[in-house]
Amino acid sequence: MLRDEDRIFTNLYGFESPFLEGAKARGDWQGTKDILDLGRDKIIELVKESGLRGRGGAGFSTGMKWSFMPKKTDGGPVYLVINADEGEPGTCKDREIMRHDPHKLIEGCLIAGFAIGATACYIYIRGEFYSEGSNVQRAIDEAYAAGLIGKNACGTGYDYDVYLHRGAGAYICGEETALIESLEGKKGQPRNKPPFPAMAGLYARPTTVNNVESIAVVPTILRRGASWFANLGRPKNSGTKLFCISGHVNKPCTVEEEMGIPLKELLEKHCGGVRGGWDNLLAIIPGGSSVPVLPKETCETVLMDFDSLREVRSGLGTAAVIVMDKSTDIVRAIARLSKFYMHESCGQCTPCREGTGWMWRVMERMVKGNARVEEIDMLLDVTKQVEGHTICALGDAAAWPIQGLIRHFRPEMERRILEYRATADRGVRVAAE
Amino acid sequence: MPKLTIDGIEIEVAPGTSVLQACEQLGIEVPRFCYHERLSVPANCRMCLVEIERSPKPVASCAMPAGEGMVVKTNTETVHKARKGVMEFLLVNHPLDCPICDQGGECDLQDQAVSYGYDRGRFAENKRAVKDKDMGPLIKTFMTRCIHCTRCIRFMDEIAGVSALGGLNRGEHLEITPALEAGIASELSGNLVDVCPVGALTSKPYSFTARPWELRKTETIDVLDAVGSNIRVDTRGPEVMRVQPRLHEDINEEWISDKTRYSHDGLKRQRLDRPYVRGADGKLKPASWAEAFAVIAQRLSGVAGTRMAALAGDLADVESTLALKQLMQALGSPNLECRQDGARFDVSARAGYVFNSTIAGIEQADAVLIIGANPRWDAPLVNARIRKRYLTGGLKHVGVLGQNFDLTYPTTYLGEGGAELAALAAGTHPFLEVLKAAKNPLIILGMGALRRPDGAAVQAAVRTLAEAVGAIREDWNGFNLLHTAAGRVGALDVGFVPQAGGRDLAGILAGCQSGEIEVVYLLGADEIPGDKFGKAFVIYQGHHGDRGAHRADVILPGAAYTEKNATYVNTEGRVQQARMAVFPLGEAREDWKILRALSAELGKTLPYDTLSQLRQHLVSVNPVFGQIDTIVPAPWVAFGTAGEIGGGHFISPIENFYMTDPISRASVTMAKCTEAFLKPAVPAAAE
Repeated sequence: MLRDEDRIFTNLYGFESPFLEGAKARGDWQGTKDILDLGRDKIIELVKESGLRGRGGAGFSTGMKWSFMPKKTDGGPVYLVINADEGEPGTCKDREIMRHDPHKLIEGCLIAGFAIGATACYIYIRGEFYSEGSNVQRAIDEAYAAGLIGKNACGTGYDYDVYLHRGAGAYICGEETALIESLEGKKGQPRNKPPFPAMAGLYARPTTVNNVESIAVVPTILRRGASWFANLGRPKNSGTKLFCISGHVNKPCTVEEEMGIPLKELLEKHCGGVRGGWDNLLAIIPGGSSVPVLPKETCETVLMDFDSLREVRSGLGTAAVIVMDKSTDIVRAIARLSKFYMHESCGQCTPCREGTGWMWRVMERMVKGNARVEEIDMLLDVTKQVEGHTICALGDAAAWPIQGLIRHFRPEMERRILEYRATADRGVRVAAE
Repeated sequence: MPKLTIDGIEIEVAPGTSVLQACEQLGIEVPRFCYHERLSVPANCRMCLVEIERSPKPVASCAMPAGEGMVVKTNTETVHKARKGVMEFLLVNHPLDCPICDQGGECDLQDQAVSYGYDRGRFAENKRAVKDKDMGPLIKTFMTRCIHCTRCIRFMDEIAGVSALGGLNRGEHLEITPALEAGIASELSGNLVDVCPVGALTSKPYSFTARPWELRKTETIDVLDAVGSNIRVDTRGPEVMRVQPRLHEDINEEWISDKTRYSHDGLKRQRLDRPYVRGADGKLKPASWAEAFAVIAQRLSGVAGTRMAALAGDLADVESTLALKQLMQALGSPNLECRQDGARFDVSARAGYVFNSTIAGIEQADAVLIIGANPRWDAPLVNARIRKRYLTGGLKHVGVLGQNFDLTYPTTYLGEGGAELAALAAGTHPFLEVLKAAKNPLIILGMGALRRPDGAAVQAAVRTLAEAVGAIREDWNGFNLLHTAAGRVGALDVGFVPQAGGRDLAGILAGCQSGEIEVVYLLGADEIPGDKFGKAFVIYQGHHGDRGAHRADVILPGAAYTEKNATYVNTEGRVQQARMAVFPLGEAREDWKILRALSAELGKTLPYDTLSQLRQHLVSVNPVFGQIDTIVPAPWVAFGTAGEIGGGHFISPIENFYMTDPISRASVTMAKCTEAFLKPAVPAAAE
């Protein structure tokens, strides 16, 4: 379990002031100039050493991502874009950061921007986060007033602007290239890659898009040392992480924990356990709505980090743990997620546009059992036809929950179908059947 | 030059080539819907997925640049499974109403479903239905069939330059829709029918009339503007069912204007299918060819050649223009004119009356000056080229003299015309510096600036200007005339202009009023109001009962452009041949044959009996006619007479894009377009 002195987000619950004074008291903006004085290459090297992996869901090495940015440019603008469009169902970690510790984010923006040679930073915040946006804006204003960002940021001679942009409420705008499109004022639809944003991103300029949490932990990592961060958690899955636990636990919460904490320990220690006791557990979605569900047996032992969860064919995602006890209609729960993905598909590419609607409709029938047993395999095949064939990962995200459901709860689906058939046979046959 | 391996074959391609293009170079077919060679690449249909080694997922080949050492596989189990999956998704919400769909038989989805479709459907849910959209009188929509490839949106945004279409909503509720639920006000909108890979956008006038396999296809050229777009005329029996574009990279690429595409229904209306002679009661009466010729011979006997005149119309082909010229010369008449709009300019040098830069050459221009023209209406495909050049970023400045139109690219309006042109020629106008700074300045001189009394002076001034700004070099000629009539350059090439001592248009019309001109021969000349001919005896040879025929004393029914083998020269000076798609109507004949027969009747028999003899003769008159579909650069020699340029507007020659000639004036579709997009200023009843 994470020791208190190793916590990065010391004001996660908002007991202290989120603004400059409070932030400084917590250690933010201390020696920022010294960090920047390390130079671009050294900062990137340290972040690589720390083993920090992107906290937005994909888990790609943050330092590596920064190193893709061109070392020399033609002198035009280079952008850092912060993805604060936290829309993954079950996830509420970036919100806590922006609400209670926005200066960690702003300081991270400065350091990350400096490391990639950015000339400006855009924070694309989910429109629904109204007061969070206001807090971030106030933090930006304070930082400008204190000379921490803007012209000659922190007295380093580095000019750096930070802007806040509010989104208009589309899940797909959390995809980095769709976010860039939206930021440019276009319809939020993901772009094809290549070119990757590091080559041609916002306004076709080199751009890095990072998650709020990834950026907010950077100043602390650099202050306390890369090895401190790397020694937390497990190799290749190092550091601390915000876990957002929701659903059927006694005390749902967002909590900072060490990577690789056993799932069971996470729930017992911080959330007061599963409602009705551990044995009442049915299943857990460990990383936000788009990762496959885990049955109780797996939850007993699995560790909460990228690689452990991949081994059990799920994923850490955004570390949004959705707990479902035995009162849950698991098929209906997954069908609801299918509806969400159908609603949020941007409609640009074929498999996702047509597949998400199809999958949802079949899932709705599965809820009632109004299907044939063979259709379970057909549904699985359809998810495979969507997965990996789309422009962005939304297609995969729509497919995985259903695949998880079929993998672990197929008997339940078959039972419903047979039950429905049995009752339907006794009923009046309609002409169409 | 990246070298990659596709299906075991190594190929080296130019940098920037996509994997799909590389596959095509090897002749490996990759199915696609959204990808179009001339549009941007959205990679949204996902049909062109291929396997690339070291890539965990199948890759959309249209958007993936070919890379060094790439190993591509297009024919594996994974690829087929992926494509079949995409095809199944495309079909789940596609209505499968092929038997009643106009695209049937030439539908990309249908064709590719044969290769990649499952033999039965697994989709047991309700299909999506989408409300149809109003896209005006040319395009019929059936939006339930739409597969959301977005080609139409990209075509309008990129090629047509009119942002009329967009996608509304998201996910499976995505709908392609016109922004304002109104017709698409673009001269190129008909091309949407071609770019749509399915039957969502089909041709409204053609709807439910024919199936593609019933049609006989004739490759020919268009004559409704002076661009000479290459077209294919599809006919069934004696009827022209539709006109489709044909690829010609140097002229129309693969687009045609709406007038080219849709005015063919005018070929079925107001047609002259037999000779007529005006009787003593002043009414036109049907007659036989022999009677009509007899009346002409009788009227012409004893009339001096100088008291006769001939006008060649905008759609007249080269063969008949030459035959008429030689007939008139045999009769002793020097009064010939092919410029019905009254344009005056020096025609002694070919460089002075053609589009020297060529249409494809526009893609080298970095500054353009448009004088007295509205290329968007005069020649929509020339305008599309200018826009194409603008989109590459190479075209920095476009100056406009005359009327200020929205040309689909940013322009600098320099003024009404006369005064500014004089200043430019005199070297005192600021835009001169822009042209001088340009590497390849291009000047487009339209008929709006030439159909004025000072037309010749305008031509000379523009010549001076072109030379002053370095537009005339060994490797570049930026002096261009933009014609609006398909017959014009050809008529100038055979010299259908006032001969020594002959009258020009104003002279001929004045002569008609005063009685000095007794006989006027109109070869499809319909742009001059009948009362201008005074009491003259008017012979009209043409195919439509338009203005000329209304005034005529004798009507000789000729053939329209789809009904004859004929030569035309486009505004670039490119000689092209139209081919007969259907036979002339009724007793009508090919135009040169009429003139040949009449010449025999008048005792001045022309020296050719067959079309090939006439064409040989044509080459001897002007060698350019021996070079079919080739640009012969016109030598830059002296032409033009400097003079005073008057002030005032250069008024663009075309008032109604949809109705510029007898065919489009007779077309119902064009009338609907006029009503929908232009709202006629003059009530039709007044005509």
